[in-house]
Amino acid sequence: MRTVKLGLKSLMLHKLRSCLTTAGILFGVASVIAMLAVGEGASKEALDRFRDMGVTNILARSVKPPDTQQSSSQSAFSAMAYGLLYSEADLVQSALPKAKVVRVREVQRPLMRGEYFRTTIVVGTETDFIEVTNMHISEGRWLSEVDDQTLSNTCVIGASLANTLFPLENPLGQTILTGNDDRYVVVGVLEYQGRAAGPAGTTYDECMFIPMSTSRRRFGEEVSTSSGGSFKRERIELNEVKVKLETSEEVESAAHIMRDLLLEAHKQQNDVEITVPLELLKQEEASKRMFNIVLAVIASISLLVGGIGIMNVMLATVTERTREIGIRRALGAKRKHIIQQFLVEAGVLSALGGVVGVLLGMLVPIGIEAWFAQKTIILVPHVLLAFGISAAVGVVFGIYPAWRAANMDPVEALRHE
Amino acid sequence: MTQSPMSDDRKVIAEFVDVHRHYMMGTNVVRALNGVSMQVRQGDYLAIMGRSGSGKSTMLNLLGCLDRPTSGQYLVGGRDVSQLDDDALSDVRGREIGFIFQSFNLIPQLTVLENLEVPLFYQNRVGPESRAKAEHLARRVGLGGRLDHRPLELSGGQQQRVAIARALMNDPLFLLADEATGNLDSNTELEILALLDELRAEGVTIVIVTHNENVALRADKTLWLKDGEVEQLVDNRLAQTGGGAS
Repeated sequence: MRTVKLGLKSLMLHKLRSCLTTAGILFGVASVIAMLAVGEGASKEALDRFRDMGVTNILARSVKPPDTQQSSSQSAFSAMAYGLLYSEADLVQSALPKAKVVRVREVQRPLMRGEYFRTTIVVGTETDFIEVTNMHISEGRWLSEVDDQTLSNTCVIGASLANTLFPLENPLGQTILTGNDDRYVVVGVLEYQGRAAGPAGTTYDECMFIPMSTSRRRFGEEVSTSSGGSFKRERIELNEVKVKLETSEEVESAAHIMRDLLLEAHKQQNDVEITVPLELLKQEEASKRMFNIVLAVIASISLLVGGIGIMNVMLATVTERTREIGIRRALGAKRKHIIQQFLVEAGVLSALGGVVGVLLGMLVPIGIEAWFAQKTIILVPHVLLAFGISAAVGVVFGIYPAWRAANMDPVEALRHE
Repeated sequence: MTQSPMSDDRKVIAEFVDVHRHYMMGTNVVRALNGVSMQVRQGDYLAIMGRSGSGKSTMLNLLGCLDRPTSGQYLVGGRDVSQLDDDALSDVRGREIGFIFQSFNLIPQLTVLENLEVPLFYQNRVGPESRAKAEHLARRVGLGGRLDHRPLELSGGQQQRVAIARALMNDPLFLLADEATGNLDSNTELEILALLDELRAEGVTIVIVTHNENVALRADKTLWLKDGEVEQLVDNRLAQTGGGAS
C-alpha cells in the first residue's frame, strides 16, 4: 500500500505527462468496452430477432416481384398475380407431414372503434399460428377451429392495437369495424411482444388476427390500390407460410425440401423468399465470432500502443530519477525493491487509465443508446477483462524500465546529475 | 591504523585489510586503491583526505559497500563483506551504514518524515515506532516542526540536517559523510560541523571524506591518501598540540 502511495506521489511530479500516458490506456480500454457493448447489443438484437422467428421454423414469404417483371406480365386490366398459393401450402404439408404448417394472409384495412381509428394489417391465419410464432394470450382466447369452420367474425388483437382502439375499456366482447362495414368481435388480446416480427414493417402488437377462412371470404385474393391516379390490382393467395418443425435437427433437410418445392416453381417471377431463422442464427453467431476476433485484434493494438507509451514514459522516468535510484540503493534498497517501485508506478499509471477508461467506456454506450437508438449491452466480464488487461499491460511494459533501474550501478547512479 | 599509539580496546567496526581496487580503462588497469589497510573503531571521528585521483572516492564507495574490492578484505562489524552479493551488500548498507552526501540527496517528492523513514522502509520497519524515531531525530537536528515539508521548501543547511537525521535512523555502526559541507556556505558549514561534533560527543562514529582541511581538522584523525595508498595517518589532536603523523 505504501509502495502504491509512493508510486502515486512520484507520478504526481509530472501530472501532465502521467495524464497523457494514461490517456493511451484510457482510450484503449474505453473503446474496447464501448465496442464490445455495441457489438453485444447488436448481436443480441439480431439473435433475439432470429430466435423470435423460431429456431425450428422455416418461413416462406411472398414478395412483390421487381417492377420490370411486373410491367411485362401485367396487362392494363388483369391483376398481377404473385406469391404463394394454397395448393403450395398443402404440398409443403404433405412433404413435411410432422410439421405444423400455418398459412397467413395479410390485408391492410382501416379499423374503427367509436372515435378511435387505425389503419393496420388484418392477419388471416390458423389456430396453430400462436404456437408457431410463440406468442401468448393475455386476455380472452386465441382463434379456434370452430371460428375457422364457421367463418366467424371473431378477432384477436395485438396489445398496441388494443391500447389504440380501446384506451379506456376492456376490448373483450367489443366490436371493431373494418373499412367495408364488417364487424369483428374481440375474443382475445395478445401479450405485448415488443419486437419487430410482424408484416409490412409493423409488429404483431399492432395487428388484428382473424380466422383464415373469414379473411378469405371477406377480403378475397385480390387487392386493389390506387396511387397517383393509376389503379393497380394484385392477386395474392397467401402472404406467408410458416412451418414449425419438431426439432431444430430437422430444419436443414426441411429447408432443403421447401426450397426445392417453392423456389423452383417461383424461379421465373422470383416472388417467394424463404427465411430459415436457424441459418440466420448460425450466420449471426459466426459473424459475432468474427467480430470478436476483429475486436480482440483492435483491442490488442490499442493496448499495445498504450503499453508502448507507458514504457516510453517509464524509461524517461528511470533516466530522470537515476539519482533517486542511487540514493535508495545507498539507503539499503535491494534490486527487487527498485523493480517493485517502478512496476507499481507503471501498474498504477495503467490501472488509473483503466479505471477512467472503464468509466468512459460505460458512458459511451449510454450515449450511443440515447442518440442512435442502438441497443448496447455492457457485460461485467468484459469490463473486468478490459481493466485487467490494461493493468497487466502496465506491468508487462513496465518490466524492462524497472529492470534497467534495478541494474544501475549505485555508484554511477549517485553520481548522475 | 587509527588506533592511538597506546593500546585501544574500543571495538573495531570497519576494517580494510590490504584492499585493492583496480579498474579496467580500455586496455589499461587503473589502480585506484593499492593495498590499503586501516581500521575505524567505535567512537572514531576520522577524516579521509587526498588530492583528486588519490583514491578518496573509491575508498568512500568501498567503505559504503557501494562497491567491492578487487582483492583484500573489508570487515564491517567483524564480518567480511568484500565478496557479498548485491542483496547482502544492500542489507549491510541499510543496517550498518548511515550515508551523508554532499548534495543532501533527499528524495524531492517525499516529505521530511517520509525521507527519514526511507532506510527503515527497506527493512520493513516502518510503523508508529519509526515515526516516533523520525520525530525524535528531526527534533534532535533542530527540524522538529518541519516533518511535513518537502526538501525544496528547506534551506541547504536544513536539508543536510534532514540527511544527517536520516543517516541516524537505522542506528548505523558509523556515519559515512561525503563532502558533507561542500554545498553549504561557511556559516551553515559551521553549523553542520557543530552538529557532527555533537553527534561525535554522543558516541557516534563518523568517517568523513573531504578535500577541505578545515573540515578534516574537526576530526580526531585524518587519513591522507596518495596514489591509492595511505600516505599518512595524522592524529589531529596531537597535531594541534604539536604532535605528528603515524
